Amino acid sequence: MTTARVPLLHRYANPAAFGRLAGRIMPWSAGATVILLALGIYFALFDSPPDYQQGDSVRIMYVHVPAAILSELVYGAMALAAAAGIIWKHALADLFVKAAAPLGAIFTLICLVAGSLWGKPMWGAWWVWDARLTSELVLFFLYLGYIALVDAFDDPQRGLRAGSILVLVGVVDLPVIKFSVDWWNTLHQPASLITLSGPKIYASMMVPLTLMILGFIAFFVTVVILRLESELLARRIRAWRTAAADE
Amino acid sequence: MNAALRLFRHDISLQLRNGSDLVAPIAFFVLATLMIPLGVGPEPNLLTRLAPGMIWVTALLATLLALDRMFLRDFEDGTLDLLALAPLPLELAVIAKVAAHWVTTGLPVMIVAPLLGVMMRLDAHGFLALEISLALGTPALSVIGAFGAAVTLGARRGGALLAVLVLPLYIPILIFATSAVSAAGEGLSPQPHLLLLAAFFVAGIALVPFAAAAALRNALE
Repeated sequence: MTTARVPLLHRYANPAAFGRLAGRIMPWSAGATVILLALGIYFALFDSPPDYQQGDSVRIMYVHVPAAILSELVYGAMALAAAAGIIWKHALADLFVKAAAPLGAIFTLICLVAGSLWGKPMWGAWWVWDARLTSELVLFFLYLGYIALVDAFDDPQRGLRAGSILVLVGVVDLPVIKFSVDWWNTLHQPASLITLSGPKIYASMMVPLTLMILGFIAFFVTVVILRLESELLARRIRAWRTAAADE
Repeated sequence: MNAALRLFRHDISLQLRNGSDLVAPIAFFVLATLMIPLGVGPEPNLLTRLAPGMIWVTALLATLLALDRMFLRDFEDGTLDLLALAPLPLELAVIAKVAAHWVTTGLPVMIVAPLLGVMMRLDAHGFLALEISLALGTPALSVIGAFGAAVTLGARRGGALLAVLVLPLYIPILIFATSAVSAAGEGLSPQPHLLLLAAFFVAGIALVPFAAAAALRNALE
């Protein structure tokens, strides 16, 4: 076996090697998703204190914040994979971008909808044109644009590559979302989870929030592996079809 | 550099000879802007408040009109293949195309905009800021649009897709440009907004051609 000499990044470009790795990760990530989300939802709904100002509506946070974090995290992962796909022509990287995009779009949508439901009782409006909200909305359109673009090519490989270039250009939106609450004086509250002086949330709320974030991540890993495997299968079916048509 | 200049001149003369290509974006810009007083009513104070945003939104849509043709003709007749093979870097060819697009859409928009400003009752202090914001903003729109045109080359239903991809990327330019014009209209300094707009312009011209050229290479592969 010479696989030991192949750099780690390229070893899993081989669909068979990826399949073995995926098969090993899958049961763990699926189990983690169920346990973390069950615990997280229990703590979030039943065993965490209501906010002293917001009352029970603060519990929307346990969905809104993880969805928001994932919407950015997924795009960041897609951008890294897109770069790997363009630089090293990594075969699976472009497919990962395609597999992750609908998930990212849905996390963004959940974030926007949950935020809107939270905004109505707290701010008195479903929507305000604030920098954080606007940049998150732009992120949603970037996801949709990517999905539409990849879909619009007859040659799937060309669509994947065009999409990857688009993802890399759209990456400018990520820092804008992150720092929008610092750069502009917004209605949306500034960061309270990851700050230089440590988290500003009390432990009783921090625990369910962390569980939910980890649960969302485990969910993403599980579903993205599923989607990648089905993409690989679809590609193999396509190859067989063309081979059959050629005969 | 010489080759890029020649490509630029070639594109311009093609556009000039095909007169309707040149007239359509401007006619759209004027007509779309004139729909607004007809739609919201001719109340002067309201129009003054709406003018910066409305002029900018219609200008932005007008630059969108000619975008899908930026590379399409060259792609279909094989000129683009030759451009990719030529010693001229494809990035420079993109810049030449962007310059030609700007001269045939952005520049006419700049020339007509003050007239529309008068009809939309733009505040007298806003005119200079409007012109500077258009001078900085429309080239940035053209270069981002070139990226959109390149990345949708060879795609089905390219035109509508192009708008969907490019409009989200246009948002920052629209925000800073209209803030500048509004600030000037209210007697504040438009300078901070214009400086940010200038930063977008410079970064766009410097970086986006690389992405556009990469997309073109992908389309030609």
